Amino acid sequence: MLFLSERKEVVMSREDLLNIVPLFILTSAAILILFSIAIKRNHKVIYVITALSLLADFIFLVTVDTPAKGIIEPLFIFDGFGKFNFGLILITALALTMLSYAYFEQREERKEEYYILLILATLGACTLVISKHFVSLFLGLEILSVSLYSMIAYLRKRKRSDEAGIKYLIMAAFSSAFMLFGMALIYYTTGSMEFGAIASYLAPFSKLPLLMIAGLGFLLIGIGFKLGVVPFHMWIADVYEGAPLPVTSFIATVSKGGIVILLVRFFLQINGHQYTSLVVIFSVVAIASMFIGNLLALQQQNIKRILAYSSISHMGYILVAFLAGGSLGIEAVAFYLVAYFITTVGAFGILTTLSDSQRDAELFDDVRGLFWRRPWTAAIFSAMLLSLAGVPLTAGFVGEFYIVAAGVQGNMWLLVIILVINSAIGLFYYIRIISIMSEKQEAIDRPEVTLKPSVYFISGITIAALVIALFWVGIFPDRLMTLIRFLIFS
Amino acid sequence: MAIILPGFIVTLLLGGILSWIVAKQSHLYARWISLLTLLANFIAIIIIWIQNMKSPASGSSWILNFSVAWIPSFGINFHMALDGLSLLLLSLTFFLGILSVLISWKEIQSRVGLYHFCLLWVLAGITGVFLTMDLFLFYFFWEVMLIPMFFLILIWGHENRRYAAFKFFIFTQASGLLMLLSILGLYFVHGGQTGIYSFDYFQLLGTALAPKIGMWLMLGFLVAFIVKLPAVPFHAWLPDAHSEAPTAGSLVLAALMLKTGAYGLLRFIVPLFRDAAMEIAPWAMAIGVLGILYGALLAFSQTNLKRLVAYTSVSHMGFIMLGVFSFNEVAAQGVVMQMMAHGISTGALFILAGMIYERIHTRDIREMGGFWMKMPFMGATALVFTMATWGLPGLGNFVAEFLTLVGVWQVAPMLTILAAIGLVAATAYSLRILQKVFYGSPVVSMELTDLSFRERIIMGALVISIIWLGLFPQPVLNTSIEAVNVMLHPNNKVEASVLPSLKTGDAFSLREKGGSDE
Repeated sequence: MLFLSERKEVVMSREDLLNIVPLFILTSAAILILFSIAIKRNHKVIYVITALSLLADFIFLVTVDTPAKGIIEPLFIFDGFGKFNFGLILITALALTMLSYAYFEQREERKEEYYILLILATLGACTLVISKHFVSLFLGLEILSVSLYSMIAYLRKRKRSDEAGIKYLIMAAFSSAFMLFGMALIYYTTGSMEFGAIASYLAPFSKLPLLMIAGLGFLLIGIGFKLGVVPFHMWIADVYEGAPLPVTSFIATVSKGGIVILLVRFFLQINGHQYTSLVVIFSVVAIASMFIGNLLALQQQNIKRILAYSSISHMGYILVAFLAGGSLGIEAVAFYLVAYFITTVGAFGILTTLSDSQRDAELFDDVRGLFWRRPWTAAIFSAMLLSLAGVPLTAGFVGEFYIVAAGVQGNMWLLVIILVINSAIGLFYYIRIISIMSEKQEAIDRPEVTLKPSVYFISGITIAALVIALFWVGIFPDRLMTLIRFLIFS
Repeated sequence: MAIILPGFIVTLLLGGILSWIVAKQSHLYARWISLLTLLANFIAIIIIWIQNMKSPASGSSWILNFSVAWIPSFGINFHMALDGLSLLLLSLTFFLGILSVLISWKEIQSRVGLYHFCLLWVLAGITGVFLTMDLFLFYFFWEVMLIPMFFLILIWGHENRRYAAFKFFIFTQASGLLMLLSILGLYFVHGGQTGIYSFDYFQLLGTALAPKIGMWLMLGFLVAFIVKLPAVPFHAWLPDAHSEAPTAGSLVLAALMLKTGAYGLLRFIVPLFRDAAMEIAPWAMAIGVLGILYGALLAFSQTNLKRLVAYTSVSHMGFIMLGVFSFNEVAAQGVVMQMMAHGISTGALFILAGMIYERIHTRDIREMGGFWMKMPFMGATALVFTMATWGLPGLGNFVAEFLTLVGVWQVAPMLTILAAIGLVAATAYSLRILQKVFYGSPVVSMELTDLSFRERIIMGALVISIIWLGLFPQPVLNTSIEAVNVMLHPNNKVEASVLPSLKTGDAFSLREKGGSDE
């Protein structure tokens, strides 16, 4: 308890308690599901409990009036930025739960435990976005990762699912080890694991001490692995491909989003923009991620892999806004995350509805001629892809605009121009999928296996909500911008 | 009254959606709805035009102005305004829009609803580009018009449609993104100087730019516009897109979408970046002349009829580069005239190519010949438009090219001479069309039917317009003269009437750290 000894006593006020309730709700939901499974296995009941608790949590977070900035020493900080992303993660997890029901209903006989893992992983990500201490950071990260190991390998009968799970396990364990070592070095240098204390130790230095650079380097290796940025991107495509679709979108959104927010918070706190070495490292990572992600995506024949590589480049885009810094940069990161979450969950959601019980819809053949078989599905998928490509009317466009604006304001011309070039490269593989969907297909070569149309009802509603959000944010972004700004400045 | 400006766009968007929905009942409904939507817009713009001719708005080049706040946190307004130039281009847009629905009447038989949806949305995007006075909104519409066009080529195009659609999309999107960078650069420079963060055209007009920054920002805009135009090194997408698109797609591309590039040069490059544009003017004019000659040369050597017409566009658009960068009023008026005349004449040639394709299912001119005997009416209209293309006096293109050359002569005589040689080359390739396709002995033995009633209406309307432009150009020139003057001499101060009620980026006054661009 070395790290706690800095504080004499920890007194928790009523506000602190209210602040921490969202975490409690998630924890107790997991326990409730556990008990409920012990009594009777019923997919529907478990699913309803999960959805309701996520919803209740979100409603609690939004409605209950808590002070603008609450701190629970030394672990958590509940500021507007944290709360916004907390809510974003909850609502994304809710959308994924909705999509998971139809998906697992038709596949696995033991589907109930999945929801425990989902809730726990969400808890981990939520912990990340409000942590201001290495311990809470690491706890959150491990809760997230350990749940993900099993979620990725959840469909045991599929070979690739196992393979992906093991791969992720090894990679994530490795990166955690690096991260721990980095934390140790930083602790050794600064004598603290709390962001603020580290920052005040570093404040007098205009150049980082050597050990600090090493520590940060190791820490960043860990973070880089989780984000899947180049050169730590090796696992991404295989894991995306092997994991069940809802889990893939969970990794792409919640898991990465939590880390991005953590990175932003840490970097801002230690005022990382003033250290050239850090900026250079991140710039190189951003540039490499954009280029390599896009170029590799060009060569893929599998939609899941394309989205995997495109997510690498999207992380690169986010890093541009992150590097641009300033309040506009942070707003851009938050806004882009919202747009990216909507789009990614939507795109994977469409693939979910196209999958059959044996395998996921991920090949070009699965979507060939989709425009003429299922025009609505194809139109929505196109909208999602165009949003990823940053085409107007969609949320992705405003997100990209925001990032470019932040970059231009921060005078990061090199990064911005590379972003633009990559945006053009990325366009190619997105419109390639669209053009495959529009190909004329004479005969339907395999019978349409619509397993149980009724279960897709919920998925359909979820996707409809995502589409509305996509266009709403794309055409009337002002509300969201004002909200983000209000929360960040509060 | 000003509400009509967004009204144009909204009717097109709604008409598109409605056509898509009703096409399930009957294809005919979709066609009629699109036709009526465009007709209504056309009538509305003509009424505005006539009113304006009767009683010109005094003291201002702006006829109508509409503005509401859209994204106030960034100082983005939904700001539209109509002046003489946009008025002319809008009339052209709706006129050719009507024709593009008519020529698709028989040609398009599959997925009719989606087709008309795409068509009307392209036109809505183009209308938006011609009207908007907010740079963010401009970029928005600039991109909005791409996607439906991409689908038009991709789904209803000819054999090599996928390649053409991709090439078109990537070229234009990539260049558009560079423009976005410049727009943002301008936004922050202006905001840094004045504290008013706004994307509004009239706000940004007086921005003082350091020469180096001005040059870079100008280049960003220029790339987007000359890719669209297209000027020579950036024309590679055009022959593919034009020749693979369905007839209406080629018509919209050639007659309208290329004009958005020309419009951008006049509306944005010239007034916003006057100094930088003047600095590169010799180069730009040289590129224009190069385009005229190179385009003509390539047009002469094509065997695919649609590709041939596509390259004539490259050649004609060279005159626009030449005229715009001469910074001369007469030449700029020539440019405006060229936009109108080229829209009609090249559009007509594409329609003819489409009609021939419908009959003999080839675009290879080696398999054509002697069509005059079988289709005299088509032959006669083709004669009119090839004559227009080589610039015969009495037809619209002559007025345009003559004015351009007269204007440029005062600035760059040598380039004028070279450009005039382009006219001779134009005669050569135009005559080649006539000779190979309509004269000579018949190559195909199949029975060919002359133009139907619908087709005669289309061609008749086009013939009347091109002759009208050629014989009575004064109304058109009168309409645009004031707008052109204002753009060429931006020092005359902006009229207060068009400035939007200032909703600027209140965001930035909040920020502590922002505004690091000095």
